[in-house]
Amino acid sequence: MSTQTPTQTEESSETDAEADAPSKGDERRDEKRRRAAEERARRQAEEAEKAAADEETVELKVFRYDPEVEGKQEPRFDTFHVPFTKGMTVLDALMYSRDTYDSSLTFRHSCRQAVCGSDAMFVNGGQKLACKTQISELEEPIRVEPLPHAEVRKDLVVDMEHFYDQMEAVEPYFQTNEYPDGELEEQRQTRENREKIKMSTRCIWCSACMSSCNIAAGDNEYLGPAAINKAYRFAMDEREGEDIKQKRLEIIEQEHGVWRCQTQFSCTEVCPKDIPLTEHIQELKREAVKNNLKFW
Amino acid sequence: MHEHDVIVVGAGGAGLRAAIAAQEAGADVAIVSKLHPVRSHTGAAEGGINAALRDADSWEDHAYDTMKGSDYLGDAPAVEALCQESPEEVIQLEHWGMPFSREEDGRVSQRPFGGLSFPRTTYAGAETGHQMLHTMYEQVVKRGITVYDEWHVMELAVTDEEDPADRTCHGVVAYDIQSGEISGFRADNGVILATGGMGQVFDHTTNAVANTGDGVAMAYRAGVPMEDMEFIQFHPTTLPSTGVLISEGVRGEGGILYNEDGERFMFEHGYANNDGELASRDVVSRAELTEVNEGRGIEDEYVHLDMRHLGEERILDRLENILHLAEDFEGADGLTEPMPVKPGQHYAMGGIETNEFGETAIGGLYAAGECACASVHGANRLGGNALPELIVFGKRAGRHAAGEEMGEAEVTTGKEGDWEPADYEFEVEVGETGGQGPAAADGGAVATDPDGVLEAEVERAKARVEELLSREGRNHAEIRSKVQETMTANVNVFREEGRLEETLGDLREAREAYKDVAVSDPSRTFNTDLIHTMETRNILDIAEALTMGALAREEFRGAHWRKEHQERKDENWLKHTLVSWNDGEPELWYKPTILEGENKTYEPKNRSY
Repeated sequence: MSTQTPTQTEESSETDAEADAPSKGDERRDEKRRRAAEERARRQAEEAEKAAADEETVELKVFRYDPEVEGKQEPRFDTFHVPFTKGMTVLDALMYSRDTYDSSLTFRHSCRQAVCGSDAMFVNGGQKLACKTQISELEEPIRVEPLPHAEVRKDLVVDMEHFYDQMEAVEPYFQTNEYPDGELEEQRQTRENREKIKMSTRCIWCSACMSSCNIAAGDNEYLGPAAINKAYRFAMDEREGEDIKQKRLEIIEQEHGVWRCQTQFSCTEVCPKDIPLTEHIQELKREAVKNNLKFW
Repeated sequence: MHEHDVIVVGAGGAGLRAAIAAQEAGADVAIVSKLHPVRSHTGAAEGGINAALRDADSWEDHAYDTMKGSDYLGDAPAVEALCQESPEEVIQLEHWGMPFSREEDGRVSQRPFGGLSFPRTTYAGAETGHQMLHTMYEQVVKRGITVYDEWHVMELAVTDEEDPADRTCHGVVAYDIQSGEISGFRADNGVILATGGMGQVFDHTTNAVANTGDGVAMAYRAGVPMEDMEFIQFHPTTLPSTGVLISEGVRGEGGILYNEDGERFMFEHGYANNDGELASRDVVSRAELTEVNEGRGIEDEYVHLDMRHLGEERILDRLENILHLAEDFEGADGLTEPMPVKPGQHYAMGGIETNEFGETAIGGLYAAGECACASVHGANRLGGNALPELIVFGKRAGRHAAGEEMGEAEVTTGKEGDWEPADYEFEVEVGETGGQGPAAADGGAVATDPDGVLEAEVERAKARVEELLSREGRNHAEIRSKVQETMTANVNVFREEGRLEETLGDLREAREAYKDVAVSDPSRTFNTDLIHTMETRNILDIAEALTMGALAREEFRGAHWRKEHQERKDENWLKHTLVSWNDGEPELWYKPTILEGENKTYEPKNRSY
């Protein structure tokens, strides 16, 4: 179910920022757009025919939108029929569709192994990393949409700026007032403490959690699960020291911080790296309470 | 038009470290990257960072191991710099909060890795690269370093003198993927290329889709020689269906390789009687493919990597990420069954020729990390030596570009000092001269003053994009996949003359086809069709130089195996292969390897494990 409505992108990035006067190039491009649309229609008819003849295909319904291309300014769904192979992921199917049927199909992807965090999207109504979602585990037709609660740039690409801003709002870098004296001497960290922060350090910034969070959807200033988890990663790291932890708790205790979380666990459910986000938020709440009591 | 002292292209490990170093040296630095920094493929590195941290170890031993692993094609000044500075760089990362795996006493853990005489590989589980990338990006955020993310650098702004050694790089031209804007980025002090690997030249690779060797190809076309391109590392343990990497850490912790008959073939078939599974990567990859070719592979395709005997606790503590990868991408449960593995393209030892400070033959142009060739890895890279290269040489390039005094380089660039022309005759025409039109990328723009060259380059880039978007023609995807197929079929672990020539022919055809390439998506918003089309040109240029080197080098050294030449030939081949673009008529030449180190000369020895 699609809940989002794409909005026009901001003026500065709307089309050609160079703002050329109408040129021969524009005319050629218009002509090309028209022909591209015809070509797409022809290919899709072919696909449907092929699909009827061959049962080993999967059907994808993919959200399409482009603010500047005729026929795509109104959001629509395109159907692609992709030959199924064992082990095929949603990303594989999208790449096949793009390389075979429509080279304008647009989505972010890079590592193909769930570590770059580029390809979080809304698959059959849930936030997933396309590269680690097996086609065989999904009901057909597979509906692929951009992440909800983010501005759609084009097709499956959403604007990540807000997510990055929130991540960067929690002073997401290691801080300490004390380093070991010796040359080439590392700070000591117990295995237990490393284990404690381990899951929190696995975040790949895919923003699936933020997209799934009802609170973040209603409060644009809410730090959101990923940013709070980032704060947790440092606040719980024994190498930082008590004074820094104090400062970190103040950051996450602000109006749009941990207290906004209503423990709905949607972030935890969608996290492709299995980070117990809600637990981390809860633990920070407890730390904040303990900390406040100390200062009363 | 943007202007900074230093422009870093690429935001993986080398790029981030370079930017931090340049900033610390007082420069106004900006990073331009086609991906947001945390998407960079450094994040996929699993195994670890070699560093001689402990009293029982020494940088000299690390250098010896590295030189031996390189099959004596590394340059000693670069190798020694890597080994001397890696310990302080690892400690620096720890001081920036990187969550290394720990010993009982709280110190950073180290484990054994292939080809190492001491367990000196520091690591963070099996996700060392992810932790390193994020730790450094945190420092970039902390310092407020400007990042232009999702800007694809199209070309370098390099002046047009006849001799590349007289040229200067004044900046880059980049395309804003979000908006379609094309803009010049003027670099007053220097441009540092840190664009990473080129794995997309092959179709079974551990590399990301974004690893198209953009920096290497841009530098090549601008006149910087490519060095030792024929040396490609095929990692012995990648998942057969996707190419996803299974870390050498599995073997470091005691994982065992078996063939279909259940034989521990590394020992039982005599490939590496001492080190077995922990022999150097090239040795293990060839062993696996030999097993498969001789009918002892499983499903005639792969072998088994078994780690069950390590026990659940140790696996979860040190290799947990491997369980997830094997499960998600191959459907195998590493706790209860062996994992299928086969060799896959993993790493390019060669790349942009640099000295030990990252300087190239062109003034103001630097390179660091996988895209560069200093040369640290020579004919074969040791596991755990890529990540220290990023931070050691990223830092060096950043400082140098920011204007710090760093002394005289011992490694030469371009045709300085000794060099000799190659006398190899290729049967197929290589390169790309004349008549390309603005749709194709070629060498430098015609101008010699800093502003002129950048403006001219911006205009050329605009014309190129305009033409690609407006004309009719063929889609790049077909051309790209043909290149990848021929490279994987013929320029793989085993190489022979006829098939290498055949590949040059295939690449010739691909070049011809690329002349008709067009982008069918007319949009200026997030046009990935356009970006991929431009990347494919880079893949083509790299594939060709790589194959030229593979043909010319008539010996067997490190990762480069030739059917007709089954020996390392030190009397003729203790030298680097260089390919210069030469304005579209590629020229092959050689220069000697530097085996003289600070305190000793590395005498080539038989490389047995």
